Amino acid sequence: MRSRRKIVAIATVVLLAGLSGAVLMVRRLDRMRAGEALREVLYIPSPKVLKRLSLGYNGLLADIYWTRVVQYFGGKHHEGAMEYKLLAPLLDITTTLDPQLLPAYDFGAVFLSQSPPQGAGDPDAAVALVNRGIRQNPRAWRLYYSLGYIEYIERHDYKAAAEAFEKGSKIPGALPWMGVMAAIMAQHGGELGTARYLWQHIYESSNDKSIKENAIRHLAALKVDEEVEYLEGLVREYRENTGRAPANWLQMISAGYLRRLPTDPLGTPYMLTPDGRVEVQDADSLPFITRGLPPGKEAPKHWKKESK
Amino acid sequence: MTSRLAYIAFNTFREAVRDRVLYNLIFFALLMAASSILVGQISINVERQVVINLGLTAISLFGLAIAIFLGIGLVAKEIDKKTLYTLLSRPVRRWEFIVGKFAGLSLTLLVNTALMAVGVFAALFYVMRAFSLQDTYVLVAIYFIVLQFVIVTAVALFFSSFSSPILSGVFALAIFLIGTFAEDLRAFAQMAHAPARWLAVGLAYLVPNFAALNVITPVAHGEPVAGGLVLANTVYALLYSVVAVSAAVIIFEYRDLK
Repeated sequence: MRSRRKIVAIATVVLLAGLSGAVLMVRRLDRMRAGEALREVLYIPSPKVLKRLSLGYNGLLADIYWTRVVQYFGGKHHEGAMEYKLLAPLLDITTTLDPQLLPAYDFGAVFLSQSPPQGAGDPDAAVALVNRGIRQNPRAWRLYYSLGYIEYIERHDYKAAAEAFEKGSKIPGALPWMGVMAAIMAQHGGELGTARYLWQHIYESSNDKSIKENAIRHLAALKVDEEVEYLEGLVREYRENTGRAPANWLQMISAGYLRRLPTDPLGTPYMLTPDGRVEVQDADSLPFITRGLPPGKEAPKHWKKESK
Repeated sequence: MTSRLAYIAFNTFREAVRDRVLYNLIFFALLMAASSILVGQISINVERQVVINLGLTAISLFGLAIAIFLGIGLVAKEIDKKTLYTLLSRPVRRWEFIVGKFAGLSLTLLVNTALMAVGVFAALFYVMRAFSLQDTYVLVAIYFIVLQFVIVTAVALFFSSFSSPILSGVFALAIFLIGTFAEDLRAFAQMAHAPARWLAVGLAYLVPNFAALNVITPVAHGEPVAGGLVLANTVYALLYSVVAVSAAVIIFEYRDLK
């Protein structure tokens, strides 16, 4: 009996030590193979072949591939990659395996459309993906919303955006503001207020933390764009009235042009350059801004909004 | 103790050979010969990949079938034939029986795999007419397959220490299938929210990690395998097997054999 207890005690210690060691090794293996699932190679690139190989379990395989899309995008995004070669083929495989997997169209289109390093910078592929989703799921109003979003934000095609929002608004269950969005888009597509309206609704209608954070960043960028334009207008006015450019914000406060030190949405004071331009101090923390950028930090052309 | 372990292990190996387990080699040889001859006639420029993919997949599947079907019967068969009672009435401890059986089946699989590896290289030589440096990577892939077999044998033995052969087979096969998706499983688990997340992560680490042991496709494309991965996989496979065999020992120590 004592002998059995001794053996069991030794086996238990060996088991626990082995288990701890195995977990540590798995973590080490995961670190070593961190890029393995994200490597820029697809050994089976054909979605149709994969579907056949899945032996009818294509739903599960689609879920796994969708997870890989998220991992791939997250990993690339984290390292600030400027290329996302596998994103479109991975999304193609995912949506072929399960054409009803709406999040793959919805989020995948956003991943594809946003400019690097925020995304793959391929709005055409994003539109093609969403259109394929709409063909497969004609009752999914959210896909029209995604299409309108890409047409408006990334392609600046206000007519196409208005059409997408309009079509989506007619589907039963669509949020009422889809119709409002269609009307606004048709009339005031290029205005900052329209963009603010869209991002505000995206923020309010989503439960996803990352989408909310993205909307907050866009709203902050719109605020910066508006404030920089306003402040540069004040600087011009000061120069016209006094015949010289203000050396700092205090001079403008003393002259009554401003009540207090102007700060960006992060709470950091704006910088006033000797030539009268207004710049943010930390442009990296304010992605999507198109104004107030320091020299050499130009925003991508298609981000620039036409303000009135 | 060592001689008793070696005796049980060697007998397990001899019994497997007597059970005509190595007959699978005939099917394997036919498969490799047929594929080597056919592939040159029906495809272009993928002869090497096809031979490696097919050969290593066949080694893996044949070996897994042997590991599971023999592994689950290791304990039950000895009980059915009453040979276990004879064995345990001698100065053989229960843990020695379990560890010896594990070693014997691992030896069987090692010999079987080594013979099949010879077949793969013969087919490769027939198709390519020469060996290249890249062919050495195939040996690493075969080594990883052996590590898989060792883990599967330990898992099958663990289940057979307390369950019926059929259920043990189902469990072992399920664990193998889940283990091949272990990386995805951990990724899914990380996405869950607490407290379900901790449970999911714990379970994800508990199943064997076969994903890192499968390098068949990269090797078929002539990609080398990092030395660090070989070391890490070896340590992991040994640790996991020790865990499964230890669990089998603990259960078997308390099992009522009457």
